[in-house]
Amino acid sequence: MSPLLRTEGLAKAFTLHLQGGTRIPVLGGVDLAVHPGECVALWGPSGAGKSTLMRCLYGNYGAGAGRILLRHGGAEIDLATADPRSVIAARRETIGYVSQFLRVIPRVATRDIVAEPMIARGVPKAEAAARASALLHRLNLPERLHGLPPATFSGGEQQRVNLARGFAPGYPVLLLDEPTASLDGANRAIVIAMINEAKQAGAAIVGIFHDAEVREAVADRLFDVLPQQDAA
Amino acid sequence: MTGALLTAEGLDLHFGAIPALVDVAIGVAEGEVVAIVGESGSGKTTLLRVLSGQMAPDAGTVRWLGQDVHAMGEAARRRLMRTDWGFVHQNPRDGLRLNVSAGGNVGERLMAVGARHYGNIRAQALEWLAKVEVDAARIDDLPRTFSGGMQQRLQIARTLVTRPRLVFMDEPTGGLDVSVQARLLDLIRGLSRELGLSVLIVTHDIAAARLLADRILVMRRGRVVEQGLTDRVLDDPQHPYTQLLVSSVLAA
Repeated sequence: MSPLLRTEGLAKAFTLHLQGGTRIPVLGGVDLAVHPGECVALWGPSGAGKSTLMRCLYGNYGAGAGRILLRHGGAEIDLATADPRSVIAARRETIGYVSQFLRVIPRVATRDIVAEPMIARGVPKAEAAARASALLHRLNLPERLHGLPPATFSGGEQQRVNLARGFAPGYPVLLLDEPTASLDGANRAIVIAMINEAKQAGAAIVGIFHDAEVREAVADRLFDVLPQQDAA
Repeated sequence: MTGALLTAEGLDLHFGAIPALVDVAIGVAEGEVVAIVGESGSGKTTLLRVLSGQMAPDAGTVRWLGQDVHAMGEAARRRLMRTDWGFVHQNPRDGLRLNVSAGGNVGERLMAVGARHYGNIRAQALEWLAKVEVDAARIDDLPRTFSGGMQQRLQIARTLVTRPRLVFMDEPTGGLDVSVQARLLDLIRGLSRELGLSVLIVTHDIAAARLLADRILVMRRGRVVEQGLTDRVLDDPQHPYTQLLVSSVLAA
């Protein structure tokens, strides 16, 4: 089966113009391929560039070199060179990203935050709201919180809102950056079950899991991300 | 650019020796929200005025659905401003008639495009006051009795009631309290999605641009120094000026 997401010779460096043009190479020659139903855990020491790779895969960081090929709408698109509208379309239909932190939108209720990406994909409003509520319940967020904006929620609650938003649409490709970092054991087990269900449904998943228990429960293999030599 | 409603190429404009626009190109597609950011004096408001036909460039063209905006004549441009386009000014007093009631401000735009039935006009005015969260009981009050935030919401209702396809917004949250800004941003975000509006918004508020815009253009001294997907430009800025701009934002 062909991969849903793959990279060829992906490289990324940051040039800090405010620090005298210091150039920091982070990724070089990354060749990653993720197949349907597979979960790949990025592996490497802190600062090696795991999160940078994730952000490149989502198109949030621009690639310095190489290709990021995503199977989207029956064809492969290269997120490294795709125009903004194509990246937006790919994010709406194909690739989801659960970051560690929720970016709160003022005044928008939790249920609507979770329903929004489903509505963008054409799910009727009522159905999207119902699915959002069901998923929030599953993640142990009680009904009384669904109508509130999550700005005042705890870190763990916000992370679960983020997880519900990322899992609800059922993206074919899912990127998970430390999805259980602020969760207790019971909620961790729920997230493990959700990841495994997504795999069974055919999703290709790339994750950063510092928690060994979670990693062992969901990852099919590890992908080494090695620190780059600092350029002189 | 495919599917573009508004396109501009090679825009140049100088105020004496000061470059306001230098070889600027931009396109806005159907349903797309595009933000123009940059410091005061970077040329962003000038660009908005040139794109909306209010000011002629020294060189370059602006096209609406392929038609040259600066060659179409004053009457055609005014018609465009009443129908396909809307303009939300930074200062609501520039976009409202202060001696006409709130309902009248909204109804007037409808009458300008041919609505004549008083009951329908009033019903639509009420509907739009509700959409922008202005109490229906205030429909006969003069806008000068409104707070700044209410005036700005009323201006948005007046602009959107005729269902324009493209709305130009010049610092719509400038001069408002932070709490009022959040409400207004959320309103603009919701309405633009619900109506499938294209929006071209000028702002110096990076957080507002992130919240609203699909794409972002960064201007400095009349030039577009960087542009692209909003979160990529803000999270992985390439140009020294964009890096400075993004790193200068205070995290609340």
